[in-house]
Amino acid sequence: MSGAAGATPRAGRVFGLHLAVIALLLGLQFLLPPFHHGMVARIMILATYAIGYNLLLGYTGLMSLGHAMFFSAGMYATGLAVYYRGVGTVEGLVLGLAAAILLAVIIGLITLRTTGVAFLIVTMMFAQVFFLTTLYFNAITGGDQGLVLSGRVPPLRFGNWEVALTHPAVKYNLALAVLTVCLLLTLWVTRSPAGRVLIAIRENADRTRMLGYNVFNYKLLALVLSGAVSGLAGSVWTLLFSYVGSSYAGILYSIYPLLWTLLGGAGTVLGPLVGTGLMTYIVDLTSGLTDSYLLVVGAALILCIMWLPTGVMGGVRRRWWSWLP
Amino acid sequence: MAAISAPLLETVGLQRAFGGLQAVRSVNFRLDRGEIRAIIGPNGAGKTTLLNLICGRLRPTAGRVVYKGQNITARPAHDRVALGIVYTFQIVSVYRNLTVEENVGLAVRRLLMQGPLHHFAINPQAVAGRVHDALHRVGLAAAKDQLAGYLPYGHQRLLEVAMALASAPQLLALDEPTQGLAPDEIAGLVALIRDISKTATILLIEHNMQAVLDLSRRITVMDNGSIIAEGTPAEIEANADVQRVYLGG
Repeated sequence: MSGAAGATPRAGRVFGLHLAVIALLLGLQFLLPPFHHGMVARIMILATYAIGYNLLLGYTGLMSLGHAMFFSAGMYATGLAVYYRGVGTVEGLVLGLAAAILLAVIIGLITLRTTGVAFLIVTMMFAQVFFLTTLYFNAITGGDQGLVLSGRVPPLRFGNWEVALTHPAVKYNLALAVLTVCLLLTLWVTRSPAGRVLIAIRENADRTRMLGYNVFNYKLLALVLSGAVSGLAGSVWTLLFSYVGSSYAGILYSIYPLLWTLLGGAGTVLGPLVGTGLMTYIVDLTSGLTDSYLLVVGAALILCIMWLPTGVMGGVRRRWWSWLP
Repeated sequence: MAAISAPLLETVGLQRAFGGLQAVRSVNFRLDRGEIRAIIGPNGAGKTTLLNLICGRLRPTAGRVVYKGQNITARPAHDRVALGIVYTFQIVSVYRNLTVEENVGLAVRRLLMQGPLHHFAINPQAVAGRVHDALHRVGLAAAKDQLAGYLPYGHQRLLEVAMALASAPQLLALDEPTQGLAPDEIAGLVALIRDISKTATILLIEHNMQAVLDLSRRITVMDNGSIIAEGTPAEIEANADVQRVYLGG
């Protein structure tokens, strides 16, 4: 993983590629049939979640198994505020983001004393605590039944203009806007001096400390950024699909971003999007053919590990595009 | 007001135990500004542990480290780098998957990243200039685009030194810098260290006696966690304790 070559002549090519991907997604909405239109909108939000996860795993080298708590913190903060207080869309989004950031700071201060497998387990345990808390307070959260926000999510207002979030085209383009912001954010962060330090920590934490960097603070920065993007994804999911429930806080939603990121390529900016898209479509196609679709998913993962240990985009970088960030 | 003759670095009753093993026992060590000091001693004497205590990679079980008259015992390693105490690893520890340029760039940017804004934008020309200077001094300027892991071993050693140079050291701690190098590479490195000593105090652990004699006017000998002798090369050669440790006589 050589994510930090970063000479200026490459910058044009890098931004060109990423803008082309965004333009492709923008154009795709006019071609896709309704079913796939909705599916791609969902993929874009989940890919944003994976992008957040990748900031920690791919660029800092910390594997968390508890990211569902950040994703669902965004969901619950937004969902509960809309459901009980009737707050507006933008306020809900800000609340979701703030909740995820606050949680990431607290969890980071505790869990970042550990690394490796210990970090994986500690983050998983905190996420389980969060999950069980959402069940315990089911009088408020609706537990695993969740809360349906249909009809309660207020429209977005731009002056006299009102945009209902229930319209498929609005969903698609809002999802694309959030994905775009987070994709460009990752691109910018990983090319910045601070992002280079994160990559250095991934490559050799002890060396980085002996170059004079406060490794703990940089890891905390990475976790907060990662948690913020994950929480934003959760918050937007709730607003667009009018639902919040504890299944999104469960262990499965901590495993998903890990799988998506590994499949697409950890430590590549586009990897999470590619991985999320591939996995979602593999599940969709195979579940139509057989009930044991998880077997097919498992086989796909094993093949990927055998042939593409660095994920799809990692393989692309190794074979063809060494400049890929 | 500290006297002119105050040492750059001093350890007072410094101790470090690993379980029941006393790796460093009550070491009082003094290093003056501008010195090139070699620490020698048999394997397991506690040399690397002492260096790690000075650089902050390890915390002492007792005693203190004083640098420029300031007690830095509780300071973490990364803080000490900012104070000018720079360390190079005994086992080469470069970023193997990053380019030579980026390896040194990380050292340079730490100096230039003052304040939160510089964490997200920094003058690339200023970085490139300093990276080039450091690489040029160790003779690796032509290799800047290579991945560090693909460099020959001797060049990885030089890259370590370049990273240390780029960190603006005032006290440079080198742990067995000539280990695994060919004779002509050793001669080059000795010349380089002498050059660096014009701007930094040097503390090195070294087994190669020729290199030690070429570089240092004072030598510290450790055995079994303690300093057993200190003096000029001639004094050390004549010292009965040193002869006993090295020759078993």
